[in-house]
Amino acid sequence: MNILTVLAAALAGGIGAAARVFVDGTVRTRWPAPTFPAGLVLINVTGSLGLGLVTGLALEGLVSPEWQVILGGGLLGGYTTFSTASVDTAMLLRKGRPVAAVATGLGMLLGSVAAAGLGLWVGLQL
Amino acid sequence: MSEPARPNRARPVHTDWRYLGLVVVGGAVGTALREIVTLSSPSSGLFPAATFGINLLGSFLLGVLLESLFRRGPDQGVRRIGRLVLGAGVLGGFTTYSTLATDTVTLLAGGQSGTAVLYALGTVVLGVVAAGVGLVAAAAGHRHFLLDASAAGDE
Repeated sequence: MNILTVLAAALAGGIGAAARVFVDGTVRTRWPAPTFPAGLVLINVTGSLGLGLVTGLALEGLVSPEWQVILGGGLLGGYTTFSTASVDTAMLLRKGRPVAAVATGLGMLLGSVAAAGLGLWVGLQL
Repeated sequence: MSEPARPNRARPVHTDWRYLGLVVVGGAVGTALREIVTLSSPSSGLFPAATFGINLLGSFLLGVLLESLFRRGPDQGVRRIGRLVLGAGVLGGFTTYSTLATDTVTLLAGGQSGTAVLYALGTVVLGVVAAGVGLVAAAAGHRHFLLDASAAGDE
């Protein structure tokens, strides 16, 4: 893989990370929910939908391998995040909220996998 | 919090271009590290081991970082910059959820539903464990530091 592609993916990942902070902050401000990371769920579900779509389009040859790395691993990889999901869930457990913790952990996983599947399916139809 | 509430007319973090710029820099570094690890790992097609390891390591490190920052004081100044650059940026960009979801779908579509469920649930459960270990380790480290500091002060 070309070094320029990796650099472009890194920059795209930085932009994705900033978009994540913006979306999460906006959701927190508009719909405060102390026991459910709604912003992060929205981010990871929509980002998974996007990566499924990019993967499907790449399999169809409509997106080049370079753009798959820049948009998929870069932009959407940086936009979505796993570490905050883990820490948020661990903190819910520490606060004695096991139901909220399981709902967050499993809900985000199921929602993201379903979204990625939908995105992949749509990408393969195009 | 014992700090008196002060009127805060500053822009919130998520609409402040300076803070978002810091996240871009950290996120680019984290994404580059992830891409380098992922692209240089042999893809066995059986189990996305690189992403698995990245997500667990990142969860542990974010637990350590956030607990350490929290115990040092409120989210302002250099602590806020550290949270945004290293937490939201580097570790947020290093770890990824979309690849976890898409790799799970790819395994399911390939008829490897057992591996898919093991991979997806295993990552999420062990990620929470790794983050919890990070939180506890940082809290213990902080207590140690305070005890050492007070012992040194007694001399």
